[in-house]
Amino acid sequence: MTRRIVVLTAGLSQPSSTRLLADRLADAVVTQVSARGEAATVEVVELRELAHDLATTMTTGGMPTPAVEAARELVSGADALVAVTPVFAASYSGLFKMFVDVLDPEAVAGTPVLVAATAGTARHQLVLDHALRPLFAYLRAAVVPTGVFAATDDFGGAGSGELGERITRAAGELATAVVAAVVVGLGSDPASGRAGTRVGQDVTDFEDLLAGLGQ
Amino acid sequence: MQFGIFSVGDITPDPTTGRVPTDGERIAAMTSYALKAEEVGLDVFATGQHHNPPFISSAPTTHLAYIAAQTQRLQLSTATTLITTTDPVRIAEDYAFLQHLSGGRVDLMMGRGNTGPVYPWFGKDIRQGVPLAIENYHLLRRLWREEVVDWQGKFRTPLQGFTATPRPLDGTPPFVWHGSIRSTEIAEQAAYYGDGFFHNNIFWNIEHTAQMVGLYRRRFEHYGHGSADQAVVGLGGQAFIAGSEAEAKRTFRPYFDVAPVYGHGPSLEEFSRMTPLTVGTPEMVIERTLGFADAVGDYQRQLFLIDHAGLPQEVVLEQIEILGRDVVPVLRREFEARRPAHVPSDPPTHASMVAQGPDAPHHLVAPARGAAVGAPA
Repeated sequence: MTRRIVVLTAGLSQPSSTRLLADRLADAVVTQVSARGEAATVEVVELRELAHDLATTMTTGGMPTPAVEAARELVSGADALVAVTPVFAASYSGLFKMFVDVLDPEAVAGTPVLVAATAGTARHQLVLDHALRPLFAYLRAAVVPTGVFAATDDFGGAGSGELGERITRAAGELATAVVAAVVVGLGSDPASGRAGTRVGQDVTDFEDLLAGLGQ
Repeated sequence: MQFGIFSVGDITPDPTTGRVPTDGERIAAMTSYALKAEEVGLDVFATGQHHNPPFISSAPTTHLAYIAAQTQRLQLSTATTLITTTDPVRIAEDYAFLQHLSGGRVDLMMGRGNTGPVYPWFGKDIRQGVPLAIENYHLLRRLWREEVVDWQGKFRTPLQGFTATPRPLDGTPPFVWHGSIRSTEIAEQAAYYGDGFFHNNIFWNIEHTAQMVGLYRRRFEHYGHGSADQAVVGLGGQAFIAGSEAEAKRTFRPYFDVAPVYGHGPSLEEFSRMTPLTVGTPEMVIERTLGFADAVGDYQRQLFLIDHAGLPQEVVLEQIEILGRDVVPVLRREFEARRPAHVPSDPPTHASMVAQGPDAPHHLVAPARGAAVGAPA
């Protein structure tokens, strides 16, 4: 069957090393899912293109623009997420966090997530474990053990092959988690998140809401 | 169909002059808007209830009683009454009293409020917002419908042998709306009791509004109050009206751009696309408002927010005048032309509910339970 991989990338420049890393991760995940006998599609959410829409959503009491709504649907419907952010001021970028802030709290609950970050030097690499992992832990996502950090130096020169190895290892972990997940509609579905973009039509009967309260 | 205006009672500086109205000036201005609404043929004036600056609308029944004394026809309502943090006993007493003073020109819209600290200020827990709205409202229904109430609940001190006075006018409690933007439990609550559902859509796109109203309509039918299209629906909306679109935008834009609730975000044009805000000619406001019925079905009450963004009093009075003269008469005609015969035009009024007699479902605490009134054994 075909698994839906959604890539969040928060790079700001064009081209960006964040997108470069995101594309390498996406390719590696597709390869690893194929190696496990299944197919994968990749959809990329380029957060830079949502910058204005996110600001609009923030300043209108949380009313999502159509573009934000589409991105939310994409993320909550993903079988796995690859989240890549540049490091800004000791953390993920503000743009990256703004997008996470407009997600439904249940959007990625149980979804396998690969966290990755880029920065100028390796000094920032703890952002993966001190910022991104706690964030996705809050969202109850299933973050795979290997995170991928790429400093500028990792893109060339001596030792740059190690980045490729980390990408392969992380992609393998994500692929294993995705393939192991129960297929939608065939039993419990740990990877189906809630987009929160539509009004839920399955309401609790009012007598149940009244029960236990003073009548 | 009823048309009217609602005010949240905010003190907002006029951005073009920097002038800030005093509390007294703002209260007097709101009063003048209500009187103007009746003068130009609108049906409803509704006030908010807030307990923190920049709002002055902390005593809605005092204000509505003052307006009632100076009007003959105007329906007085709220937008909204804080059912979570106001003692339901006080709501029962205050609004029954107002019924008597106004000759039955009262209905209420229940809401949970928009300011978190109001809960702790009034000794409540915001995490209990929905259960508070549910328990308090059920008690309110009993206080208006049962002569003597014995009651014990989770949130309020118990009552033994309590009678809320004055009793509702003609033994007929006021009609109640429930306002909610996103909480499906509140749409469910309105449907359960056969009450009205008001979606204040001024910050929401019509697609979302249609989903909330659709849910309420479906559940209204489920609880046996009538068919889904007979459910009692109200909507908000906001406009700035002038002879030409260019003139309307030129006048309103300086207010929009810096208003606390609109400014520093999307442009006037973007915001107008996303929400009901219409800045333009009477024809544009008419077309936009008629479009609401395409999205949510034929409905019974349309309230406009007119005194927004720090607009000065004379401008707001002129806006109400345009609304009454050039917009609402056309809307009345057009809405009636498209409304099927079995869909009521007006929401229930005191006169219509009295005419239905004491055995009407309105007099039951829980009409969906049929004859099993009040607390289950």
